[in-house]
Amino acid sequence: MTDQSRIRNFCIIAHIDHGKSTLADRIIEKTGLLTEREMQAQILDNMDLERERGITIKSQAVRIIYKAKDGEEYIFNLIDTPGHVDFNYEVSRSLAACDGALLVVDAAQGIEAQTLANVYMALDHDLDVLPIINKIDLPSADPQRVINEIEDVIGLEAQDAPQISAKTGQNIEEVLEQIVAKIPAPKGDPDAPFKALIFDSVYDSYKGVIVFFRVMDGSVRKGTPILMMATGFSTEVVEVGYFGAGQFIPCEELSAGMVGYLTASIKNVRDTRVGDTITNSQNPCREPLPGYKKVNPMVYCGMYPADGAKYPDLRDALEKLQLNDASLFYEPETSVALGFGFRCGFLGLLHLEIIQERLEREYNLDLVTTAPSVIYKVHKTNGEVIDLTNPTNLPDPSEIEYMEEPIVSAEIMVTTEFIGAIMDLCQERRGQYLGMEYMEETRAVLKYRLPLNEIIYDFFDALKSRSRGYASLDYELAGYERSDLVKLDILVNKEEVDALSFIVHGGTAYERGRRMCEKLKDEIPRQLFEIPIQAAIGSKIIARETVKAMRKDVLAKCYGGDITRKKKLLEKQKEGKKRMRQVGNVEIPQKAFMSVLKLDDK
Amino acid sequence: MESDIPATGGGMTGAAAGLEIYVHIPFCVKKCAYCDFLSGPAPLPLQRQYVSALCCEIQAAAEAARETAAETGEPAIESARPAAGPVTSIFIGGGTPSILPEDLPEQILEKIKQTFTVAPDAEITIEANPGTLSKEKLISYRKSGINRLSIGLQSPKDRELAILGRIHTWKDFEFGYDAARSAGFDNINIDLMFAIPRQTPAVWRENLETVAAFSPEHISAYSLIIEEGTPFAEQELDLPDEDEEYAMYEDTYRILREAGYHQYEISNYARPGRECRHNTGYWTRADYLGFGIGAASLYQETRFRNTRNLQVYLDTFSDRPDKNLLQKVRRDRQVLSRQDSMAEYMFLGLRLRQGISREGFRKAFGRELEEVYGPVLKKYLNMSLLEEKDGWIRLTRPGIHVSNTIMSDFL
Repeated sequence: MTDQSRIRNFCIIAHIDHGKSTLADRIIEKTGLLTEREMQAQILDNMDLERERGITIKSQAVRIIYKAKDGEEYIFNLIDTPGHVDFNYEVSRSLAACDGALLVVDAAQGIEAQTLANVYMALDHDLDVLPIINKIDLPSADPQRVINEIEDVIGLEAQDAPQISAKTGQNIEEVLEQIVAKIPAPKGDPDAPFKALIFDSVYDSYKGVIVFFRVMDGSVRKGTPILMMATGFSTEVVEVGYFGAGQFIPCEELSAGMVGYLTASIKNVRDTRVGDTITNSQNPCREPLPGYKKVNPMVYCGMYPADGAKYPDLRDALEKLQLNDASLFYEPETSVALGFGFRCGFLGLLHLEIIQERLEREYNLDLVTTAPSVIYKVHKTNGEVIDLTNPTNLPDPSEIEYMEEPIVSAEIMVTTEFIGAIMDLCQERRGQYLGMEYMEETRAVLKYRLPLNEIIYDFFDALKSRSRGYASLDYELAGYERSDLVKLDILVNKEEVDALSFIVHGGTAYERGRRMCEKLKDEIPRQLFEIPIQAAIGSKIIARETVKAMRKDVLAKCYGGDITRKKKLLEKQKEGKKRMRQVGNVEIPQKAFMSVLKLDDK
Repeated sequence: MESDIPATGGGMTGAAAGLEIYVHIPFCVKKCAYCDFLSGPAPLPLQRQYVSALCCEIQAAAEAARETAAETGEPAIESARPAAGPVTSIFIGGGTPSILPEDLPEQILEKIKQTFTVAPDAEITIEANPGTLSKEKLISYRKSGINRLSIGLQSPKDRELAILGRIHTWKDFEFGYDAARSAGFDNINIDLMFAIPRQTPAVWRENLETVAAFSPEHISAYSLIIEEGTPFAEQELDLPDEDEEYAMYEDTYRILREAGYHQYEISNYARPGRECRHNTGYWTRADYLGFGIGAASLYQETRFRNTRNLQVYLDTFSDRPDKNLLQKVRRDRQVLSRQDSMAEYMFLGLRLRQGISREGFRKAFGRELEEVYGPVLKKYLNMSLLEEKDGWIRLTRPGIHVSNTIMSDFL
C-alpha cells in the first residue's frame, strides 16, 4: 500500500488555449511514462474533436511516477477537467477529487473570465492553487504583468510561480518540484468505511461502464460490494485499477487518497452519475460526499436525419453517445416539416455542437438541426405548469397565464476599450446590468443578468467580434423570471413550418421575424410558383418576403439521340430535390433550417 | 388559339415500328465557340478512312440486328438483304457532315441500303453548314436519296455569327438555301439559336422574321447553353437575363405561329406534316442505331453509345465487317428496366407538344398511367403546368418554361 504522503492529486485549470493539455503532455513526458515517440500530441484529449477544437470534453486522468529531487518517488494523479462553461458541474466534481490545482495562465493574455471562475471554484473546494505562467516563449509574453495580475485579482502569491513554456518544455522540472512541495498529500482515513467520489465514467463494450473515482476513505478491491449512494445502484466490483497513459492498469486494491477506476458489469452510465458517492454496501459510510446534483440539460433542439431512412441509425448513435454522456438527453419527436427525429437536451450550446459533430463524423450522419431552445416554464390558467422544450408544444395563448424564462448571471471580462461595445451588446440581449469591477487599469469584469435564450444562439460570436476576440464569458443559471414571451411562427407558402417556430421576447420579435424572412428568402430556391415567407405571432403577420416564381428551367437544346445525357441532367436535378424538405408544395433546402440559427453573421 | 396540336394519327403517335439510323460525322472546318459536340477539323484522308470504318460498322450492325431479330422471333425478313424492321429514317449529323466530299455520304447511304431494308418513303436528312455547300454537293445529295436538308444557320446577323465563332456568313446561307431549292430540296430545316451574347428580344424577333420569310418547312430554335469545356465557358459573356430569354422563347412561338409554323416540340417548329420524323422517333422511343464515334443507340430497350475515341474506332473497323467487333466500340450499355422505360416515356413524350396519351401508355406498358404516375400528374395538373384533353396530357405554356423540374419528377 502506498503511503498517502507520497500521493499528489491535482488538476490543471486554465482558460481555453492557455495550454492546459500541452502542459499535461509535458508532465507525462518528463516523468518518463511514455517515450516521446509514443506521445501523440495531447494524450489526454482522446477524441479527434477535442484535439481539433483544443478543448477537453471528457474528464481524463493519468497516474505518473515522479522521482523528486529529495530522492523519493511520488505518485501524481493528474485529473484533466473539461474546459468549458457548459461542463461546469463536471469541472467542479473533478476539482473535488483533487487536493490541489495548477492554474495555467497565458503570459501574454493574462487572466480570463473563465480562469477566474475556475479558480474561485477551486478555492471553494479548498484546493491549494499553484499558479504557472505559460507561453513565456511568446514575443508578446509579459510574465511580470501576469504575476501582478494574479496577485492583485485573485490574491494568490505568485512571485515564485514557475515561468514555463509547455510547448518547448522549458522549466517543466520546476513545475514538478512545486507539485511535490506545494500540493498537499491526501489525508483520508484508510480504516474508515469505503467512500469515493465519482468524477467521470465511460462505457466500454466489453467491461461495461468504467467508473473513474477518487478514494476519500477506506479501500476497495475486487469483490467489494458497492453502493452508489445517490442513484441507489448496487453491485459487486469486478476489477479495480489505475490510469496509465491511455490505458487501464488493473491492481489489487485502491485505498484512501488514490485515484483509479472500477468495473462492475454496469450496463448503464446513468447508474454512475458524476458527483455520486460510492461506498461499501455491507459497511457503508455515514453520509455521502457533499455537492452531488443531477445535471439537467439547459438547451434543447430537434435533431433529424437528413435522409429519413437514417432514423434508426440516428437512434442507435444517440444511444451509444449517451452511454458515455449521462447529460445527453433525447426522446423521439415528430415534425411535420422534418419527419421523425429526436428532441435532444444539452448542457449548453457547445455541448450541442459537440454532439452534433460527433454524430456527423463518428456516425456518418447528415443532420438537420432546429433552432436551440431553452426550457420555458409555462403557467397555464388552470394552474398547471409545464416545462416547454419544444416551441411547437406551446399551448394556445388563451390557456397561458404567463411564462417564465431561465436567467443566468454572467461575468464578462473585457479590456476597457471594449466596455462600451459589450454593454451595448448586453443591452440588446435584454441584459440587466449588475455592476463592473476593474481588475487592473485596463481590464474589467462586467456583471449582467441575461436571459439564457439570448445567449444560446450567437452570443459568443457577437462577443468575440465586438471585442476583437478579447472578451471572455462565464455564466451560471440564476433561476427563472417572468417574461413577455411570444411564439414566432414561420409560414412558407401560408403553411406553418413547425421546425422553424421559436419562442422570442415580445420586444425583439419583429426584428427577429424580419431577419428570419430575409434569410429564408435567400435560402429557398425559386420554385414553380411564387412563395410568400411570413413571420407570424398567432394570427398576426409581422414580416413578409417573397421568393419569386422560377421563370425558366427548360433545356431548349438538342442532344440528338443522346437521351442518356438529358436523363443525367434530370437525375441531377432530382438529386438536388432529395436534399430538400417538402413542406406543403414547397421544397426547403435542409441548410435553410440551420441558417436561421445564425442571423447575426452579416 | 391553341391550334398547334397536330391531328392524332399523324406521323408522330406512339413508337414507330421501324428502325431509325443516325450516322455521326465528327468533322468540321473549325469548332464554334459554344460547341461541345464530338467534332473537329480533320484532313481528307482521315475523313475517307472514317467513312470506310463507318461502312464496316454499318454492315456488322446489320448482321447483328438480323440475328437478334431471328432470335427474338421478330417478323421474318425476306431475302438475303434485309435486317430488323424497315428503316424509316436516316439522319447524317455532326459535326458538319456537309464538309465531306459528296461521294462519301453517297457511300454511307449505299451501304445502309445494301445491308438494311430502307422504307421507300424514309426520311433521309443531312446536316449542312452554309459555309460548306455547293451546287454539286446538293445535287449529289439528292441523287443519293437525301430528301431533307438541315441547315445550321444559327443567326442571320454576321455580327452574331462572328460572336458564335461560325465559319459562314449570311450570304453563304442565302446562296446555299437557293442552291438547295434549285437542287430539288422541298424539305428544309433551319437551325437558329437564341440567347446569344448581347442579343436582345428585338434582335431575335428580327432574326425569326428574316428566316421565316424564306419559308423553310421546318425551323429549330435552340437557346444557347454554355457548356463546360467550351471557349464560351471561359469567357465573361453578356447574356440575356432570364426574363429576356423567357420573352424570346414566347416570341418564337408567337412569330412562327403567325408565319404558319406550329410548335410540335420544345425547340421545334414545322409546317403541318413537316415535323422531323427522325427526331420525333427519339421522343417517342423508336428503336435507333447510331453509327460512328460517340453515336448513341436505343435498341430493344437497351441504350448504349459508341466510343468517343476516333483511333479505337478506326482500328476496330479497319478490316472486314464482323459483328463481334461491335462490342469493342459500344460503351455505357444500359438495359432499361421497366421503370426506366416508363420514366423515359414520360419525360421524352412531354417534350412533344402533343404530350403523352393515356392509351399510348397503356399500350406500351400494359398499365394505367394513373396507377404509375397519378400523384405527380395530379400535382402538376393542379398547378396548371400540365393540361389534359381527350386523354392526352401535355405541358401548358407556363409548364414548358419549367419543364426540367416537371420532367425530373417522373424519374
